[in-house]
Amino acid sequence: MTAPSGFTPDTAAPPAGQGGAAPRTATAPAPDPAEQRRRDRRSRRYRWDVRWSPYAFVAPFFVFFAAFGLFPLLYTGWASLHQVELTDPTHMEWAGWHNFSRLWEDEFFWKALRNTFTIGVISTVPQLMMALGIAHLLNYRLRASMFFRVAILTPYATSVAAATLVFALLFGHDYGMVNWSLGLVGLDGIDWQNGTWTSQIAVSTIVIWRWTGYNALIYLAAMQAVPNDLYESAALDGASRWKQFLHVTVPSLRPTILFTVVVSTIGATQLFGEPLLFNTAGTATGGADHQYQTLGLYMYEQGWVNLHLGRASAIAWTMFLILLLIAAANALFARRLRKSQ
Amino acid sequence: MSATVSSRQTRDPAAPAHTAPRGGRGRGRAGRQLHGGKITYAVLILFTIGSLFPLVWTAIAASRTNTRLAQTPPPLWFGSNLFNNLDKAWNGANMGTALLNTTVVAGTVAVSTVLFSTIAGFAFAKLRFRFKNILLMLTIGTMMVPPQLSVVPLYMMVAKLEWTDQLQAVIVPTLVSAFGVFFMRQYLTQALPTELIEAARMDGASSLRIIWHVVFPAARPAMAVLGMLTFVQSWNDFFWPFIALTQNGNPTMQVALTGLSRGYTPDQSLIMAGALLGTLPLLIAFVLFGKQIVGGIMQGAVKG
Repeated sequence: MTAPSGFTPDTAAPPAGQGGAAPRTATAPAPDPAEQRRRDRRSRRYRWDVRWSPYAFVAPFFVFFAAFGLFPLLYTGWASLHQVELTDPTHMEWAGWHNFSRLWEDEFFWKALRNTFTIGVISTVPQLMMALGIAHLLNYRLRASMFFRVAILTPYATSVAAATLVFALLFGHDYGMVNWSLGLVGLDGIDWQNGTWTSQIAVSTIVIWRWTGYNALIYLAAMQAVPNDLYESAALDGASRWKQFLHVTVPSLRPTILFTVVVSTIGATQLFGEPLLFNTAGTATGGADHQYQTLGLYMYEQGWVNLHLGRASAIAWTMFLILLLIAAANALFARRLRKSQ
Repeated sequence: MSATVSSRQTRDPAAPAHTAPRGGRGRGRAGRQLHGGKITYAVLILFTIGSLFPLVWTAIAASRTNTRLAQTPPPLWFGSNLFNNLDKAWNGANMGTALLNTTVVAGTVAVSTVLFSTIAGFAFAKLRFRFKNILLMLTIGTMMVPPQLSVVPLYMMVAKLEWTDQLQAVIVPTLVSAFGVFFMRQYLTQALPTELIEAARMDGASSLRIIWHVVFPAARPAMAVLGMLTFVQSWNDFFWPFIALTQNGNPTMQVALTGLSRGYTPDQSLIMAGALLGTLPLLIAFVLFGKQIVGGIMQGAVKG
């Protein structure tokens, strides 16, 4: 990047040496000295402005971004190699890889990793499939289509805290709405909190409820960009609506689907509020037996309940590595898909 | 991406280039023109009920007493205890302060994010300067990084600055957003004609005047969308405020709610009243501006 500063190449920034913002014609009368000075000053200021103003525009953003975005990111790596206690967060002692080796030996870390994975899968897969179906239906010409769109987006406006506390009540063992409904159809009530699968399903339900509508709208936006003649030619070939969905809609949406998969995966690895607040005992263990403790919650527990900030940093880095692995796998998968066509 | 986006600055975010067709059937434009059948409506109505029911039930539970919430069958209609519970939450549980705090935080963060993102996004979209591509890659690269990765050093910084339990601990780290810059850059790249800037330059306008008279008017629709999205996100933010603020100090709504649910016998009707208070402002915004918010999300969603 050694291009001269200024505007895009096709703009007419006056070449250096020729001053003034207004183009000067060759037949201009000779200006008096004062006018000439003013003009020079203006052109100098103009060039200076063009050269340096872009930096001034990005500076405010980058100052904050560097201080509160980039620096902490890098510093976490440094902190993960130290023993830092919450009681005195400014005091650090070198510990090398100790934090990581402790993680490796901690059964609850592996449990949290497993839980994060299963909750991630059972919350993401049904969510995106449902979103795809709902988007497909919303893509028909409908009465009150705007009402439907706004209504399915309202869960997205509900905070994690509020949604989780409400769902914890709905999933209550003795008086919860869910168990009462099961009772209506003659099934026994389920102890949602304490089972491994049941608690993970309940936590996933909160995620699914909050995000399905949002993803449906994203899919809908992509569907509306699919050229109509694709559908028309498919219809001429005698493809049913279902066939059209399968062979026209889904392939056209592939990039969007990949995008939502990546974003939802990132969201799933960061789950924190749901497993924290679903626990009616009010601890950060994710259930009595850590049965629904996610990595995000495990990190919080190590750092802010057990007071080991260094170890929390090590967990954060591990989470980041896992995300990178998932992203790499995703990229490989996407390339495979493209090649196989 | 809708292929032909006109470079007019008058694009209303509520009507992106690909909203539901208003014309007759199949005029070669994008999207489908088929009418939905009975089954379509049935499924959508069911899904809508599923989306709205927990929120309605929050209001129902907030209007009941604890005794009633600990009985079967669970209440399915409103009781008469709503104002008692709201009063308990507002005065007894610090919810009034929390609501004010959250409004201050979300408002400040939304305004500053929109302002900084527009200016920086304009520079990335239309200006040339050294290191531009590197800086842009850096910005986009951090968008995918989980917040957990920076929370420990942030906590150390806040402790060092002695900001714990102060609102600035939540506000300052979120004043700018990488997503915002990227979003504005994408928008301004196609919505702001370069000729317009050139013309202003020819007239001898300084960069600041160009920002004020050219960029801001052109970016207005996207600024509104970004402002709304940022406000919602900041209002509902949980992880960092929960770490930086304690429940008794200066809580935001989400932190105060968490505080209510801790304890041996959580007061369920109080929690539900708190959840209602915390969600209501956004719900009202959705009723008023739902169309624009939907448009904004659908517009921001289609990339590439």
